[in-house]
Amino acid sequence: MPKLLVYLIQAVVLSLVVITGFAYLTWLERKLIARFQVRIGPNRAGPFGLLQPAADAVKAMFKEEYIPRHVDKFVYVLAPMLALAPALIVWAVIPIAKGVPAMGDVNIGFLWILAITGVESFGVILAGWSSNNNYSLLGALRSAAQMISYEIPLGLFLVSIAMLGGTFSLVELVETPRAPWEWIWIWIAFPFFFTSILAETNRSPFDLPETENELVAGFFTEYGGMKFSMFMMAEYINMITTSTVVSTLFFGGWQGPLADRYIWLGPVYLFIKVLALLFLFIWIRASISRPRFDQLMRFNWKFMIPAGLVYLTVSAVMTVFLK
Amino acid sequence: MSVFAFLIGALSLAAAIGVVVSAKPVHSALFLMANFATLAILYVLLDAQFLAAAQVIIYAGGIVILILFVIMLIGHDPADRSQQGLTRPAVASLVLGVILLVSLMLQLTGQLELGAGGGIASGGSPSAIGTELFTRFLLPFEFVAILLLVALIGALIMGRRESGDPVEEPAG
Repeated sequence: MPKLLVYLIQAVVLSLVVITGFAYLTWLERKLIARFQVRIGPNRAGPFGLLQPAADAVKAMFKEEYIPRHVDKFVYVLAPMLALAPALIVWAVIPIAKGVPAMGDVNIGFLWILAITGVESFGVILAGWSSNNNYSLLGALRSAAQMISYEIPLGLFLVSIAMLGGTFSLVELVETPRAPWEWIWIWIAFPFFFTSILAETNRSPFDLPETENELVAGFFTEYGGMKFSMFMMAEYINMITTSTVVSTLFFGGWQGPLADRYIWLGPVYLFIKVLALLFLFIWIRASISRPRFDQLMRFNWKFMIPAGLVYLTVSAVMTVFLK
Repeated sequence: MSVFAFLIGALSLAAAIGVVVSAKPVHSALFLMANFATLAILYVLLDAQFLAAAQVIIYAGGIVILILFVIMLIGHDPADRSQQGLTRPAVASLVLGVILLVSLMLQLTGQLELGAGGGIASGGSPSAIGTELFTRFLLPFEFVAILLLVALIGALIMGRRESGDPVEEPAG
């Protein structure tokens, strides 16, 4: 079956690209955080420390694969995989150039994103539970509560954008031109959406499942070596994936000057947009301190969700009367 | 195509059996998730993409996580279930399960043909389902919405603190 083979090659290439992206994102984050803190950051391996990710990868791979005796072995080994897989799977529906989705165009692109982000929390929850350790369990509980709660505003804003775009397919969404008022209205949702995404991906300042000063390392306290690296990979690939989704939803994805004519320009524009959003992720991590857990929850239920509901209602009215 | 469908069906069945026979509740929950995921794949094979997405969003992403949450909050359950034999709830659920199975079989025999496209293809798209829900099935749809609202308010009332109770700050 040649079609199957094509899909397979696409999937392998895509995974490799994203994983390389992960490696250099760790480098970028360490460099940028160092700059924010008036340090220099990694600068020994290669020019500007560019070989640092390779050195880290070799180190992680040759570390001893250690499984503590008190864990639930099956779930303990399964959890890092469950954390990593969804971050890669979301990529399937994102358009990377004019008319070219990464894997395939489905008429449920939005729902696909919602479905996969919903499953993402399994890795964290199961890691915390299977570790059989109070700190890990607390981290897992926090993660579960946080992810369930912040999924609601995320879904509300996603539905609003789908409604305005009039399609569930991301490929179509990017290609449908938007009126200026639509762009402005959608950008109003951006800060809310981005906040929900920070909470969904457990990124600082919402990294409460892994707070080092109260929970040791939260849900991955008992993990080491490659399995620990897989959690790191999951987190960073999630950052890349969600940045791509955000740039697709809010900033036109691969769109840019001349991208219609020269297809190869699409991925370039997408890359630039994703890079800007990743910078925002890291900038926020360097600038904002962590809230308390009850503050995080209150903010969601008393502010984000009502705001999402209002946004959804107004979007519905606008869709009916202005489009 | 149909070989694949049967393979997924077998996996789904195996996961369902796993839910029942696992000793630890968390393992049961994991098997339940596997079951939901395979069901979603079956829906995709039947061209019901919306149903597949809804299956994963609501069941795998929502309900199983809630189940896990409750299991973890309640903590370790030391009771070994395998020694208890047939309890009354077990018998009741067995009887109800058999009734459900038989009635479904009677309903669906001869109607179900795996891999048959045609009429199903357009029925699986979000717009087709939306149109049906808001025209032909509007009344049941609204009833379900009211039912969910009632359940939500009921849960709120049951979970609310009495005004005399000491206020407990949620621990970090």
